Amino acid sequence: MTHLDGNVLAGVTSSLFAFDLPTATGQCDACGDVASLAEAMVYGAPLGFVVRCRNCSGILVLLVERPGGVRLNMRGLRWLMPSATDSHPPAATPEAARFS
Amino acid sequence: MTDSAFAWRQGRLALSATLSSSARSLTFDVPGWPGSQPGQHIDIRLTAPDGYQAVRSYSLANSGAGERLELGVERLPDGEVSPFLVDELEIGDEVELRGPLGRWFVWQPEETRPVQLIGGGSGVVPLLAMMRAHADARTPVPMRLLYSLRSPENALYQEELRSLSDTAATTWHYTRVAPEGWAGEPARLTADVIRAETLAPESDPITYICGPTGFVESVAHELTRLGHHPDGIRTERFGGA
Amino acid sequence: MAVFGARRRNNDPALPPGQHLTESFPVLSAGPTPRIERETWSFSIETESGDVHRWSWEDFVTLPSEEISTDIHCVTSWSKLGTNWRGVSLDTLFADVQTSRQFVMAHSYGGYTTNLPLSDLLNGRAWIAYEYDGAPLDPEHGGPARLLVPHLYFWKSAKWVRSLVLQDADHPGFWEQYGYHLHGDPWREERYS
Repeated sequence: MTHLDGNVLAGVTSSLFAFDLPTATGQCDACGDVASLAEAMVYGAPLGFVVRCRNCSGILVLLVERPGGVRLNMRGLRWLMPSATDSHPPAATPEAARFS
Repeated sequence: MTDSAFAWRQGRLALSATLSSSARSLTFDVPGWPGSQPGQHIDIRLTAPDGYQAVRSYSLANSGAGERLELGVERLPDGEVSPFLVDELEIGDEVELRGPLGRWFVWQPEETRPVQLIGGGSGVVPLLAMMRAHADARTPVPMRLLYSLRSPENALYQEELRSLSDTAATTWHYTRVAPEGWAGEPARLTADVIRAETLAPESDPITYICGPTGFVESVAHELTRLGHHPDGIRTERFGGA
Repeated sequence: MAVFGARRRNNDPALPPGQHLTESFPVLSAGPTPRIERETWSFSIETESGDVHRWSWEDFVTLPSEEISTDIHCVTSWSKLGTNWRGVSLDTLFADVQTSRQFVMAHSYGGYTTNLPLSDLLNGRAWIAYEYDGAPLDPEHGGPARLLVPHLYFWKSAKWVRSLVLQDADHPGFWEQYGYHLHGDPWREERYS
C-alpha cells in the first residue's frame, strides 16, 4: 500500500495553524518516537489524511476536509513543537504548544 | 490566523512544453506570487461544472522572485487531475493554486554542506529547482543528482540537466530499458549503484530523495545502511493522482 | 478553454450522481496493509448477549458461497461497473444469530471500523467476499476477506474484516466520526453527515 508523507499536509494546515505543520516536531503518544511531521506516513487521501507514526504506525493526527470545514484529531501526539527556524511566527510559544 | 500567502489565487497558463510522451511543463502567471524556495510545492485546485473539486500537490521546477511558476507534471494512468493538466489544459486557462508550500524539503543556497539529490521519475522536478538555484547562486558547494528512470523516454528536462552539468553533474540510472552505450544492465537501483554514484557519508552531505513512495523508502533505507545519518536525509514521496 | 470534469456531467443511469467511471481499481486505505495468515484468520459475529459466532478459514470456505457481479461506488467519486466477486452471504452467516439490535459495527484487522444498519447487511445485499475476478482477494484490496456492501459507498465495505458487533445505536465508525455520512447511500449522495 503506497502512502504519502507529512509534506502533503502543508497546504491544508496552512490556514489552520500559525506555524508550519510538516516541519514541526512531534512525539508519538503510543511509542515515544520523536520526528518531524514531514516524516510521518500519510494514508487515506483523498478521503482524509491519516497521519501515522513512522515507527509504530500509530495514528498521530487525523484530518478530514469536508464541505463546511475541517475536522481534526491530534490525540496521537504527546506533544508538538513548531520548528525553531519557522519564519512564520507562531501565535504562542513552543512551550504552550505542547499538549499534556 | 490566516496568512494571505496561503489563500487560493488564480494562475493563468502562459507557456507549456512537452517533456516526454507522458509529461508536460506548465508555466503559470500568478499575479502577486510571493516567490518560492527551491524544493517547495503548490496545491492546485480544479472545480468541475457540478461543483466537484479535486486538490493535488505539484512541485515547482523554478524558484526565487517573480510572478511565474513552473511545474513538470507527469500523467498518471489512474489520475484524475494529472491527465487534465497534461492533455487538456490550454494556454490562457486558469487554475486555482495556493503556496508556496513546504519548509522541510527545501534547499537554501546559504547551506554549506554538499548536496546529493536522488530522484525517481517525476520526482526530479523539485530537485531541478534546487539545481537551477544552485547554478544561479554560483556557489562552490558541490551538488550532484542521481536520476533513476524506467527508460530514456521517461526522462524529464534531459537537455536542461545536461546543460547544468558544469555546476551539478547528473548520473543517469535506468531500471527497465537503457540507451545504447549505457554501461551496465537496466536494474532496480541497488546498494552498489547508490554507493558508487552518491556522495559518501564522510562528506556529510544533505541528501534529498524524491519520487514514488517505494523508491524513496528503499533508497533512504540503503543510505542509512551505508552509514548516512537519518538527520541528513530529506524525503518527499509522490503518491497517486 | 479546457473544462475539468466535463465527463462528470453524466447521463449514464448506471452512475449515481457526482460519480465518474473508472477502468482501474484505486486502492485507498487508512493504514498499512495488514498481513493476515489464513491459519490465524477468523471472522465472528458478536451479539448483545455475549454470544460469539466464529468461523476459522477452514470453516469459512466450506460455507455456501455465491458469485456476485456488481457496481461499486467510492465517495471520492469513482465508480467501477461490473466487478466480479465470490463471497458468503451475510444471510448465511446470520442464519443462527439471535439479536434484537438493529445496528452493526464492522471491525477490521488493523483497527478500521465502519457502522451499518443490520438491515443493510441482510436480504441479499451484503457478503464476506474472498475472491475478486476469479482469484483470491489481494491484500491491497482487503484480502483474505472483506465486507462487501455494494449498495452503499465503498468505505462501508470494510477491508480485512474480522468481526461484526451488534450495537444498540448507529454509533459512528472511523470515517463517520470525522464527518462522513452514517448511512452512505450513493444514490442519495449521502457523502457527508
